[in-house]
Amino acid sequence: MSDLGLRLRQNAYLLSVIVLFGLVYLLYHLAHPKGFSSAVLVQNSNEVFSLAMLAMAQTIPVLMGGLDLSVGAVMTLVDCLASHLLVGTTTQIALGVLACLVTGALAGLVNGCVVVYGRIQPIIATLATGAVYIGLALFLRPTPGGKLDEDINWAMTNALDDFAGTVGLFSDGLPAWFRPIAGVPTSLVLLVLVATAIWVPFRRSVTGRAVYAIGSSEQAAYMSGLDIKRAKLTAFTLAGLLAGIGGLFLAIQTSSGNADIPQAGGYTLSSIASVVIGGTSLLGGSGSAIGSIFGTAVLKVISFNFRIFDIAPLLQPMFEGLVLLSAISLGALRMLRVKNQLELFR
Amino acid sequence: MSRPALLSGLSPDDRPTAIAGLFILVILAAGTGYTLSKFGNAPLLQPGYLLQQLQIGAFLGIVAAGMMLVILISQIDLSVPWTVAAGAMTATAVGGPWAIPAGIAVGVCVGVVNGIGVAYLRIPSMIFTLGVNAVMRGLMVAHTGGFAPQTTATDAMRFLAADRTLGVPHAIFMWLAVSVFMVVLLRRTAYGRAIYAIGNKEAAAYLSGVPTRRVTLLAFVICGVCASLAGMLLAGYATKAYQGMGDAYVLPAIAAVVIGGTNILGGRGSYLGTVVGVILIVLLNSVLSIMEMPEAGRQIIYGLVIILMLLVHGREGGA
Amino acid sequence: MEQFLVLAGVSKRYGGVRALDNVDFACNRAEVHAVLGENGAGKSTLIKTIAGVVQPDAGTMTLDGKKLSLRTPQAANDAGIVCIFQELSLLPDLSVADNISIARPPRRFGLIDLRAQRRRAEELLAGIGCEDVNPMMRVRDLPLSRRQMVEIAKALGKDPRLLILDEATSALTGADVERVYAMLARLKASGVAVLYISHRMHEIEALADRLSVFRNGRHIETFGRGERSPDQIVQLMIGREISAQFPPKPPRAEAPPMLEIKGLSWEDRLHGVSLTIGRGEIVGLGGLDGQGQKELLLALFGVLKQVSGEIRIGGRRKTIGSPADAMTAGRQTGGASGGANGGQAGVRSGGGIALVPEDRKTEGLMLPMSIAENLVIASLGALSNGPFMNTGRERVAVADAISRLQIKVGRDSDAVHTLSGGNQQKVVIAKWLMTEPAVILLNDPTRGIDVGTKQEIYRLLRELADQGAAILFYSTDYDELIGSCDRVAILYDGRIVRELEGCALTEQAIIAASLNLTRTEPAHV
Repeated sequence: MSDLGLRLRQNAYLLSVIVLFGLVYLLYHLAHPKGFSSAVLVQNSNEVFSLAMLAMAQTIPVLMGGLDLSVGAVMTLVDCLASHLLVGTTTQIALGVLACLVTGALAGLVNGCVVVYGRIQPIIATLATGAVYIGLALFLRPTPGGKLDEDINWAMTNALDDFAGTVGLFSDGLPAWFRPIAGVPTSLVLLVLVATAIWVPFRRSVTGRAVYAIGSSEQAAYMSGLDIKRAKLTAFTLAGLLAGIGGLFLAIQTSSGNADIPQAGGYTLSSIASVVIGGTSLLGGSGSAIGSIFGTAVLKVISFNFRIFDIAPLLQPMFEGLVLLSAISLGALRMLRVKNQLELFR
Repeated sequence: MSRPALLSGLSPDDRPTAIAGLFILVILAAGTGYTLSKFGNAPLLQPGYLLQQLQIGAFLGIVAAGMMLVILISQIDLSVPWTVAAGAMTATAVGGPWAIPAGIAVGVCVGVVNGIGVAYLRIPSMIFTLGVNAVMRGLMVAHTGGFAPQTTATDAMRFLAADRTLGVPHAIFMWLAVSVFMVVLLRRTAYGRAIYAIGNKEAAAYLSGVPTRRVTLLAFVICGVCASLAGMLLAGYATKAYQGMGDAYVLPAIAAVVIGGTNILGGRGSYLGTVVGVILIVLLNSVLSIMEMPEAGRQIIYGLVIILMLLVHGREGGA
Repeated sequence: MEQFLVLAGVSKRYGGVRALDNVDFACNRAEVHAVLGENGAGKSTLIKTIAGVVQPDAGTMTLDGKKLSLRTPQAANDAGIVCIFQELSLLPDLSVADNISIARPPRRFGLIDLRAQRRRAEELLAGIGCEDVNPMMRVRDLPLSRRQMVEIAKALGKDPRLLILDEATSALTGADVERVYAMLARLKASGVAVLYISHRMHEIEALADRLSVFRNGRHIETFGRGERSPDQIVQLMIGREISAQFPPKPPRAEAPPMLEIKGLSWEDRLHGVSLTIGRGEIVGLGGLDGQGQKELLLALFGVLKQVSGEIRIGGRRKTIGSPADAMTAGRQTGGASGGANGGQAGVRSGGGIALVPEDRKTEGLMLPMSIAENLVIASLGALSNGPFMNTGRERVAVADAISRLQIKVGRDSDAVHTLSGGNQQKVVIAKWLMTEPAVILLNDPTRGIDVGTKQEIYRLLRELADQGAAILFYSTDYDELIGSCDRVAILYDGRIVRELEGCALTEQAIIAASLNLTRTEPAHV
């Protein structure tokens, strides 16, 4: 088989998810009165960003064959922290952002330590640490509130030209090269940036490969001389960082902090759904965070369509559930084609 | 490694149960110490108060029983929250003598759907049951219009959940009945053997002629019935069903099962452990509320206790 | 000859068991040194100690005059000690190239250089004659024999000074084995020390310059090639006289057919296989690895879907859709269970098909569960009244099975993973005998099992056949097929190309048929 053919076959699922997303999103824009406009794009991108970060974060433990039930809690914790810190001078805000990211990463590192040194299954360890993080978030924000710096909200949740305007770039008129991309949502650019600056290098690093190896067969990974402890600690830390970025953006987007327990749980569960729709195996070893981003996109775009096609709000939750169920059932149809039933148990 | 002499005689499966039991005593002692110093009384040691706590624990206990079965076959059921609510809402909506059968039927249906998805389509239960939960939520929101249902629990439901005989709430008898059923099922039946076999190595169980799909399906059905039963009892206790009534049950149920020593990856665990895990969580909650601990502190303590218990189990397991 | 690796007074205990007992051992550069012993003799602990997987309780190791203390497999690799384990250390979801460079990938700017990594994989694979393996393939998608070759390429990529092969050829095809021999010869010529563990006597005779025998955790003796006869070596291994390795075959009589297969086809792996096995007959399945033997067994056991063709048991046509169907396939065939295992207390399902699967650890046993629970898992129905287990009958059945197969157990409530490999396989077999099968299918049941247990299994199979069972037996070991089967069917590309029996059943005939030499087209090996 040719290399291209092999590559296509190995990524066939991801490609079909991307195509599905493209089609549904096209439908959305066609039906939207202001379809194909920058404003709609900006709004969609903002709605997708935080969940996409959480889905990327979730991908990493899932690749190792585990599950992180604390991503929503880490997001909430950072959200509440950001609602206190992202005010004041530019330096103060910058330090605040840094503190938020460090907090996310630290929370992830703690997860990693509990899993590695406590030898507790990730799913149950993060169930427990998640409760702790939610508790901390509640200490920070017993009731919803806070007021973030307005400029950062404006800069991050609009199109690139607004970003440029807020930070004072191009004060003497937009340059020609910038004009075609002026309407691109800042959050979309940020999403691409995180994917290329964090995920891609991680995927090609020894630690990243160790993450795939652990999910594929932890024993074989150990026998192959990989440093499993370090890989797990790094992986959970990275997951925490990504969830923290999600929380940071949520705070910026809503301009406030809210230690909302059901919302944290909902985000965690949606992140798992996104990861699965994105083609990462819950058994570990195969998949990618890029797939999870598209998984999030598919999930979100479907609910965008509900708004457009004016489905009674009361029926929306049910349709969302049905769509999720049918999406994963469609993915499972290949199981029915398996002719050697032993392969079902791998 | 040195162990407390008390524990060394126990089999590895019973040790987590004993440890969790000891921890319950610690919680009771700490709570009583607090109330004695602060209020000069010891409500935690009064039978009446303890029975009331057990009554509250019964709802969680019944949910956890079904959850344990599913965890033993290395699956999980995240559709529990809205199965609880749907069982309760259906029962109160149907009313009359058919209220309870209707609620049970809801549990069976959810279980069958979950079972088909997990056992036959082989979709990971983590995600499939999540989807089923979303659909159930959608159905209930559509059914009630998003408000608390106006219908109330039937007399039978109230009798089973809230009434007392000789001072003992009937809900505790219901939990006891479910528990006897579970113990017999897991220890004495061929089905129980098949459960543990599947949890350990599904391929080997399949190649040994165990009907793995049917066993898995049935486990989800039992879990669904437990959830809807708990929902109906909860509605009986509160006199009506309400939105989100099951939300507070899924994670504590999983925690109770795991604190009781059941391996989250399946194949190992004793039912008694789950019961002890439920009691631990319920008492912990009640001590924290006596202490008027704010929600933030409760969450943190709750998480730390789970980690602590698992760390102790891990040491004892000699892993 | 200079001594390269030296172990002095090395001991290792697992609980109460002395896996290695004050072992002195040495091996030299530029030599292939075979280590022999039954399962439980301490070979695998020896290897794991040298490879840094386990740490000894006492004793010292020196390599090239320098003292070694190995805490991890990685530390052993760094010292130039590379081990090819019996349990594959490959990562199924990663590509071949990823696997070969897993621990030390080539890097550029701190990131893995995929192109260099691929080139390296191609070179290493070409070095052992596996140009046909695409380095971008996922290991999961390769057949077992190719995976084993990838494992070898991976080991060679670490530039070993001491290479350890633990049953590394057990899954290989004949042609690949030759390539491995050639590779070992090259390594030897370049001064590498090789430790070679195998249960295949003829391989050891062909390869080893020096042999060491282990028994009960002790190093018994080391000697040069040709200094001991095979019989003497086997005697050293088991420490007692042995009778003939294979039980005598009874004279062939016309037996009524028990299992009839007609035109069985499945996907592109089986093409119209027809075979008849009579009562009391042991039929072997031979041929190169991956010619459809495993699929044939799985098809008969109901694991494969959409199998076309006809299966008859005791003359009745059966449709088998699952292992549960297969187990009960022979019911109501009257006398099908004919006395097989007649004395067993109260267990009466009987007359179905049994399969001893390829991999006992993942398909045969629930390792963390107890011996008793594993033994009864296929007989739950027969051992219960309605839904409830009959614990009395269960205890009797377990005790019977343990004594019948002489399984060496402490308590039957111990986890089955505490047993040695040979005893684990006995548990798998005993589990199936409890169902009183009329047809017994075995997929390479003696792979990685010690000589003593092998002989017990051969004897047992003959006994079962004499009691009326029909046995179909796939093996990669030609000696075993010749010694224990009444008839051997050779598969090639999903078809039976030859059936050999009597005097025609020779190693040469099997090899010739396996390569399908009568045909004009070349065998794609």
